[in-house]
Amino acid sequence: MVVGGAEPDAGAGGRGGPAAAVRHPAPIDGQDHASHDEAAGARTARRRAAARRALPFALAAGTFGASFGVLATSAGMGKVAPVVMSATVFGGSAQFAVASILAAGGTVAAAIVAAVLLNGRYGPMSLASAPALKGGRLRRALEAQLVVDESWALASRGDGTFERPTLLVTGLVLYGGWVGGTLVGVLAGGAIGDPEDLGLDSAFPALFLALLATQITSRAALSAALLGAALALALVPLAPPGVPVIAATAACLIGLRRNGRPA
Amino acid sequence: MSDVWVAVIVVGVVSIVIKASGPVVLGERRLPRRVEGVVDLLAPAVLAALVVTQAFASDRDVVVDERAAGLAAAGAVVAVRGHMLLAALAAAIVTASLRAM
Repeated sequence: MVVGGAEPDAGAGGRGGPAAAVRHPAPIDGQDHASHDEAAGARTARRRAAARRALPFALAAGTFGASFGVLATSAGMGKVAPVVMSATVFGGSAQFAVASILAAGGTVAAAIVAAVLLNGRYGPMSLASAPALKGGRLRRALEAQLVVDESWALASRGDGTFERPTLLVTGLVLYGGWVGGTLVGVLAGGAIGDPEDLGLDSAFPALFLALLATQITSRAALSAALLGAALALALVPLAPPGVPVIAATAACLIGLRRNGRPA
Repeated sequence: MSDVWVAVIVVGVVSIVIKASGPVVLGERRLPRRVEGVVDLLAPAVLAALVVTQAFASDRDVVVDERAAGLAAAGAVVAVRGHMLLAALAAAIVTASLRAM
């Protein structure tokens, strides 16, 4: 999910390894209470700092989530489904894809496949951040649910490693904003009336365009986008709604022509 | 079960699995680089396809209507790095205005 707004500053202070251990002389009872409290205090302070850094993203997530709630409701998804979706899928692009494809008369299968493909990038992101997570497989799988574009980017140290506290705190803050915003949007959206009168059907391609702009980070990405757009348009007269979008993913196969990562 | 709920449940389950796949399946190994290269391009390809199909398609016809003007307005906002919600608002306002004429 790309919430938009400021690019996270990869060099921002406050991230890095655990706070340096503070030495204290051992108390008479043999237990080192002071340094334990210091470490706990430092952890809390780091968590609070991470939460503060994530706040602007949470606000953006809240308004973006509200827009999803409004659009999904007026696209016929009802009031409960959008909130459940935000709570489980936690991905703006995929969620909007489902809402817009169903609203345009596409099949459930097409909506599902498009959403899954859009969330496909979280696979490699999950792999990259997995070594930083803690606990057994189940717990790490749970922690990995908080991986979205912003939490991943903020937690990245730039050398391929990730800082778990930042990832989890940012993810949690974003999650709360996203689901809460969706709930607000759903409640407000029911009062809107005919979406086409308000031009709301035009909001979907606009949002996808804005999301697309954030994903064009390389020439390969630009080529894939142009090729995908051309393929999809070409297929519109030939296939039911939704299918052109799926077929357009063939454009990403240009990523196979290179040996390493695209430029 | 309605179409909407089928989509929500399936996409929800698959998304959870995708995010869980890192820690659970591959541990500390990474995807082969070529596969990573392909997966990196999925979002741009699908998003671009969604832009054109949502703005220029009406069932099986390619049409240029009030949505195209809305998209142009959104494009202007995106070009000057405006917030994406502003782009959506601009598009909605332009499209609604043209339809009201």
